[in-house]
Amino acid sequence: MSKQHYEHIRNNKNFQDLVARRSKLSWTLAALILIVYYSFILVIAFSPDLFGIPISDDSTITWGIIIGIAIILFTFVITGIYVHKANTSFDQILKTVVDASHEHVNSQDSNESDRGDK
Amino acid sequence: MDDMNVTAIIMFLIFISATLLITYWAAKRTKSASQYYAAGGGITGFQNGLAIAGDYMSAASFLGISALVFASGFDGLIYSIGFLVGWPVILFLIAERLRNLGKYTFADVASYRLKQRPIRLLSACGTLAVILLYLIAQMVGAGKLIQILFGLPYEIAVVLVGILMVIYVSVGGMLATTWVQIIKACLLLFGATVMAFLVLKNLDFSVNNMFSQAVSIHDNGIAIMAPGTLVTDPVSAISLGLALMFGTAGLPHILMRFFTVPDAKQARRSVFFATGFIGYFYILTFVIGFGAIVFISTNPEFMDETGALLGGNNMSAVHLSKAMGGDILLGFISAVAFATILAVVSGLTLAGAAAVSHDLYASCIKKGQAKEETEVMVSRIATICLGVMAIMLGILFEQQNIAFMVGLAFAIAASANFPVLFFSMFWEKTTTRGAMIGGWIGLISAVTLVILGPIVWVDILGNAKAIFPYKYPALFSMSAGMFFVYVISVLDKSKAAEEEREAFGDQFVRSMTGVGIETSSH
Repeated sequence: MSKQHYEHIRNNKNFQDLVARRSKLSWTLAALILIVYYSFILVIAFSPDLFGIPISDDSTITWGIIIGIAIILFTFVITGIYVHKANTSFDQILKTVVDASHEHVNSQDSNESDRGDK
Repeated sequence: MDDMNVTAIIMFLIFISATLLITYWAAKRTKSASQYYAAGGGITGFQNGLAIAGDYMSAASFLGISALVFASGFDGLIYSIGFLVGWPVILFLIAERLRNLGKYTFADVASYRLKQRPIRLLSACGTLAVILLYLIAQMVGAGKLIQILFGLPYEIAVVLVGILMVIYVSVGGMLATTWVQIIKACLLLFGATVMAFLVLKNLDFSVNNMFSQAVSIHDNGIAIMAPGTLVTDPVSAISLGLALMFGTAGLPHILMRFFTVPDAKQARRSVFFATGFIGYFYILTFVIGFGAIVFISTNPEFMDETGALLGGNNMSAVHLSKAMGGDILLGFISAVAFATILAVVSGLTLAGAAAVSHDLYASCIKKGQAKEETEVMVSRIATICLGVMAIMLGILFEQQNIAFMVGLAFAIAASANFPVLFFSMFWEKTTTRGAMIGGWIGLISAVTLVILGPIVWVDILGNAKAIFPYKYPALFSMSAGMFFVYVISVLDKSKAAEEEREAFGDQFVRSMTGVGIETSSH
């Protein structure tokens, strides 16, 4: 039963587009978070003094702390962007793809049963 | 804390009664395997986000990270960020595929188109290794914490935790475990918020004021505002980063949470909320750690004769609660710390029991022919066995250095569980032989390198020099695991391998759409 659905969905142009767009977005965002995180880690490993610089002369707060907190916020925002995109526009396209496969499989089934009647 | 804190005990008893009532309620709704393992898939994204955050915000991370900030300032933030950045990766690459392909355990997904028995055996061993290490760490931590907070003897505390967790899990299944986790997450977030608020209020809401006072009080002075000694060489830095980031994506008790929501949409929402709560929580622990430097490190009330903190640095958050809000806040935070341990060990135990009953018993021994009732029964028995083991190991390891255990658990999760899961979902050419050999190599090399590394080989076994020089093995063991999954799969020319590659097409469509999910989960 599902086999026919899979076949139909796989060959659906809209599905292929959707998969391409979604994986482009997810790999881009994944690369982004990896770059941000490893830049952070590599600064700590190679030149930790950079993070000890205060943000202004009369402040104790250092760039390290600002950047650290910013990474936490960035992590949250970046998941928000993906979830919003995936749960609205991507899921909408997905629904039409899946509905089309149901229709296709159902019509095939009824054709077969029609033939069976005759 | 000589005089028993009445508030703590009352709040703790309220928590226990409430969670036992929930367990009773959940037990009546838990009949089928799907209800037992996955709460029937009826948890919403928001609830699951809280529960995931609850699984992640263990007593170790609340007390441990605030203690790390208390001891060395900025370094605490490095840890927090490492633990947090795994979440977007899980969302972008794992969450929806996992939800669309799996039923109860991550082995369902790893073995979806591969041979059931060898892959499930591997995943179950990876799961049990991670779970047991984690459980020991939590039990020992729990025993010591309860000893200090409530004055109970260590053994009694460990037995009490063990019994309560067995009741929650074996009677109430995933539904009870999830709600215990949600309640605890709310209590912990509330308690930590109140503490951070009081810290800032006492400093006229000036963050700069907090940092300058901390710098003037702390022995290391201005050094606490910059990276210190936590990460020294680049190899360790990258290796720790890998373990934290990809280890999270291979933790069985976390992955299992994705099967409690109905679809991929809710699975994604779970990660969004979880990331928000966890990130917020880490910012709070940072403020709490600095608050502890300002308000308790000079207060003789919290010192012993030598000038060290009573009960060790791990108690800094607990002492701070007393300094900020008196006995009421102290009681509340103590009760929350205990609740946190109970909730986390319950989640761990359920994941371990599911590996035994669903992967080992139903798939490996009964070859998928097990009756549903028997499988759930096996799971309940496994829960009791795990509870007994956790109690015994907790008592056995009381005097041992357990600091390496959570690190090792993350290393195994990143080196054995994650590569197999990742390759089977993403790479068409993965075969059973490749996944099996690569997975075992990842698991064995992670364990071996930790034993040969400085923490176990030098600190625990007392040898002069470590055979493997780095504390964190993930860079090597995870690379080895992934390399062998790849190479062995490429070299695999068997007929079975051909069929497994062909099956990727259908698996891919299902992982992207969730079509077929209705027929397999009921």
